[in-house]
Amino acid sequence: MVISCWVILLGDSDLTSQFFFQSDLFSLSPEQLELQELAKSFTAKEITPNAAHHDRTGEYPTEILKKAWEVGLLNTHVPEAYGGLGLGVLDCSLISEEMAYGCSGIQTAAEANGLAEAPVIIGASDALKKKYLGRMTEEPLMCAYCVTEPIAGSDVAGIATKAVKKGNSWSITGNKMWITNGGKANWYFVLAKTDPNANAGKAFTGFIVDGNAPGITVGKKELNMGQRCSDTRGISFEDVEVSDENRIGDVGKGFQLAMGAFDTTRPLVASAAVGVARRAYEEALKYAIERKTMGKAIAEHQAISFMLADMAMGVEAARGLVWKTSWQRDNGERNTLLASMAKAVASEVANKNAADAVQIFGGNGFNSEYPVEKLMRDAKIFMIYEGTSQIQRLIISRSLIDAAKKGNF
Amino acid sequence: MGILVPIKRVVDYAVKIRVANGRVDTAAAKHSMNPFCEIAVEAALRLKEARAANQIVAVSVGGAKAVEVLRTALALGADKAVHVDTGDAESVPLGVAKYLKAIVDKEKPDLVILGKQAIDDDANQTGQMLAGLLDWPQATFASKIDKLMAGLETIKMQTPAIITADLRLNEPRYATLPNIMKAKKKPIEKTSPKELGVDFTGKLVTLTVEEPAKRAGGVKVESVDELISKLKEKGVIA
Repeated sequence: MVISCWVILLGDSDLTSQFFFQSDLFSLSPEQLELQELAKSFTAKEITPNAAHHDRTGEYPTEILKKAWEVGLLNTHVPEAYGGLGLGVLDCSLISEEMAYGCSGIQTAAEANGLAEAPVIIGASDALKKKYLGRMTEEPLMCAYCVTEPIAGSDVAGIATKAVKKGNSWSITGNKMWITNGGKANWYFVLAKTDPNANAGKAFTGFIVDGNAPGITVGKKELNMGQRCSDTRGISFEDVEVSDENRIGDVGKGFQLAMGAFDTTRPLVASAAVGVARRAYEEALKYAIERKTMGKAIAEHQAISFMLADMAMGVEAARGLVWKTSWQRDNGERNTLLASMAKAVASEVANKNAADAVQIFGGNGFNSEYPVEKLMRDAKIFMIYEGTSQIQRLIISRSLIDAAKKGNF
Repeated sequence: MGILVPIKRVVDYAVKIRVANGRVDTAAAKHSMNPFCEIAVEAALRLKEARAANQIVAVSVGGAKAVEVLRTALALGADKAVHVDTGDAESVPLGVAKYLKAIVDKEKPDLVILGKQAIDDDANQTGQMLAGLLDWPQATFASKIDKLMAGLETIKMQTPAIITADLRLNEPRYATLPNIMKAKKKPIEKTSPKELGVDFTGKLVTLTVEEPAKRAGGVKVESVDELISKLKEKGVIA
């Protein structure tokens, strides 16, 4: 309440237009409802009908992403100064949930832009932002976040890609793996080790690397269990020359940059998981009221209806967490703890709901002519990327125990 | 040229309508802009983009929630919106036409483009009644607007004129996210029947609403003779 009054009193149109502000956590503002409606109708028309095709063929959804860009659904965080809308996390979570409801493979390709852009928005110079964020709003380009390596995923501090200073530029050498949009990116956010002797908090620096820089080898498109149309690849850097101007923030500040980005991106990945969870639940519900066994619709059998109840509970609970952590971030509060919780809960609900949906569909559920087996294959990655469920628990438990030791419960 | 586009907030076309107590149950149903009104807005936008028009005003007659569709019209590209607040009163075509006439007298558009009908009452009367009240030429069920040619019957009209939009006229656009944000700054004027000086009491009373008869199961017959005897039995043939 207090904060919303502050915004109105200032009458600062830039501030109010920066994100759709509302003081009540549990209801959306008229603009957010419109935003959500746009995402919903776009998804229903452009994404959902084409999802099975892209899953079957693995074809990258170029046309769909281009249309989404035209309508304004991509690069939503980019601040207004660089041609973007500067939407808040809650606003973006509405979009992510709706798009993932249609197809989380297509949504992940779109979201990867936000992931790469996040550390740039947090820590890059104005000139760098103009150059690399500006172009994203001028043309339908893709970008990628390059941190994970074959030898280090959860153990970010263990990454080995190094950046060595040579005069006014850096030379980057190393291998990255599982890079979403790896084969489509116009530029990469790369985390590299700049000081082999320092501890994790000081050893890494973030860079923007042009996609066409000499020395970059893009690996083959990986064939994954799910989100199959998303372009995932290994990328290797061999003495790739990067100007010092492309360094994001101070040397040694890369780790914080990469981690800080998660406060924005984890809630969004979580909201996508909510979209998948909701899709699984709704498909199962629709099926259960039509399919008959033993003389009645299977929804009338408690075994099924209780499963449906659990699925609905999961969706609401997960979304509640997502909205709360998003709201915290939009209000300038520390949201790391709840972002981890939201990601862990939502990803696990998505997996449970998808598996239960297949179960409710029975034999049909196992078959590719019905939409739910894809959901089960797509859901698995949510427990792995953007911080595994195990890492999330590490973050959460450390936070709780540290607080408890200080007397805060 | 200024264009006025009257739009209506209706139950969304995808919603399965239920009838309860002799009335349509709209309480929890999703509402959106009438699809034919969307086509009318799109037609106006294209005329503006072709520089055949320079201002689009959207107007809606209805209760407080009518503002939702006005906001959508602004996000699509209308310059201004007017809400004629009729509170809980049920919208009937003649009443709406009379309010619209008052708005036309105020805004003085050269062209009024409406959807041919609303999908809730399917009345298909408002555009025609408005033309009558204004004594303006009208082109109804337009499937093409090109310097005032309309439909498969080619009509030439001089502005000021009324056009009602048919399904094939165009494919409406999405309201893009940047435009949704810009729409926040566009004005929505509010007025009421009283302010417009229009005194209208509807004379239409809805007696009852019934669902169409449910489709009954069919019967399979084995031969042409059996088919003929069954048809005779049902009195379909003599």
